[in-house]
Amino acid sequence: MLERVRRPLARLGANFIDGIWRIGVMARFFTLVIAASGTSFNRFRLVMREVYFTGVLSLIIIIVSGLFVGMVLGLQGYETLQKYGATESIGVLVALSLVRELGPVVAALLFASRAGSAITAEIGLMKTTEQLTAMDMMAVSPMARVIAPRFWAGVISMPILSLLFSAMGVFGGYLVGVVLIGVDNGAFWSQMQAAVDFRYDVLNGLVKAFVFGIAVTVIATFEGYDSPPTAEGVSRATTRTVVTSALVILALDLVLTAFMLRAEG
Amino acid sequence: MPETLVDVDAVTFGYGRRPVLKGVTMRVPKGRLVAIMGGSGCGKTTLLRLIGGQLKPTSGTVRVGGENVHAQDAEGLYRLRRKMSMLFQFGALFTDMTVFENVAFPLREHTHLPEGMIRDLVLMKLEAVGMRGAHRLLPAELSGGMARRVALARAVVLDPMLVLYDEPFAGLDPIALAVIGQLIRTLNDALGATSIVVSHDVVECLQIVDYLYFVSEGRIVGEGTPAQVRASTDPFVRQFVHGEADGPVPFHYAARPYAADVGLATKGGARA
Repeated sequence: MLERVRRPLARLGANFIDGIWRIGVMARFFTLVIAASGTSFNRFRLVMREVYFTGVLSLIIIIVSGLFVGMVLGLQGYETLQKYGATESIGVLVALSLVRELGPVVAALLFASRAGSAITAEIGLMKTTEQLTAMDMMAVSPMARVIAPRFWAGVISMPILSLLFSAMGVFGGYLVGVVLIGVDNGAFWSQMQAAVDFRYDVLNGLVKAFVFGIAVTVIATFEGYDSPPTAEGVSRATTRTVVTSALVILALDLVLTAFMLRAEG
Repeated sequence: MPETLVDVDAVTFGYGRRPVLKGVTMRVPKGRLVAIMGGSGCGKTTLLRLIGGQLKPTSGTVRVGGENVHAQDAEGLYRLRRKMSMLFQFGALFTDMTVFENVAFPLREHTHLPEGMIRDLVLMKLEAVGMRGAHRLLPAELSGGMARRVALARAVVLDPMLVLYDEPFAGLDPIALAVIGQLIRTLNDALGATSIVVSHDVVECLQIVDYLYFVSEGRIVGEGTPAQVRASTDPFVRQFVHGEADGPVPFHYAARPYAADVGLATKGGARA
């Protein structure tokens, strides 16, 4: 009996310790990336190339998703608001939901699955095919040449993508609210202008996107760099990037929102 | 006797508790082409990685050009590595760059040469390995042998004093194999470099190298010039050179007695 309890308990403990240990390794990895970032700024071309791969190539999914999320928000919002005769506030509802929450969070989730997984797979395969070792043997630090540019590209891209997502969402809300349903155009925009605060809403949303950008790219580059050099190892690392990123984004969102509301109140 | 470039002195190394190298001592004189031979998993690639500073020995020292490889900090190691280069088993070309950019990579990273000179140097090295015509291709468009020739051009583009080859002949057809073999010899002599080839291809190595070391179970078990090796009476060297299935290296992986494993009654009457 004791034996049957002991084994799963020991495994649980081992997994827990392993998890804590991994967080420590990741933190160390993060400081190494920051320390190796000099090259990224001296040769900004390297970062721009990665901005293209992580940012520009994510544009389609971000723009289309933003538009649809905005349209759905418009429909759902109208449905509820008309019960209170406040359909003109549809613009406020759509804009605030997007810039405060949905913009950064959904854009980050999409970014993790589109760009994060690609970063992990690419770095993992570079490791598997000994490209990282080869670089190291050429006295070129893979941290500075491969990891840091991808990290900074993600940190730069994420807030921009989040802004685009929110802007497209507001446009989607406009399409549904004003063009389709016929809410007053002037009321839609003026109420939005009056209710959305740049400092508390837009800037806080950007801060969130920036933090999510750091989290997703650190996870993605770390998982790739740390993946076992096998096909199975890379595939697992890619999955882990998406799952861990999603959980971390949602957890960080809760913490950041709590802080921001506190500062606001 | 030329001076020693690579000096491996009583090096031991293990992955975790599993010992891989048990007191290996070898010397590679300047300008020579030396082979480290042995069966798969005998520790020869590990030895190469110790010389390149990718791994740290448990005990013993490795000196390259008089400098202790493992006493260097990160900066010192990189300074030393600029004078050496390594050809990986499958080339390890950067898959997102063209052949030209791959060969230009070390030049762009370590020098401030004008673009025109980089172009000339790269094409010169590619010409030496017969791949100049392929400089616009991506690594994915090359065969295994061609990829390795490009990797060879990249390895020598900075004119290193020491080139380490990790299984350069693995998985090549006979023509590609002979081409790589000849290139290793020619480039070594033309550049005045020193080369260490890790391989298990006896026939090819005996043709091109100056000296051979045989590694088995983490120890140097034989050494000599190709002529000495061919005439050797040492049981391991004989088995290896002539490719005999059984000898000092047993055919069977270490196991319990066969009878016990298949469940036959053993002497005491007990069943396994």
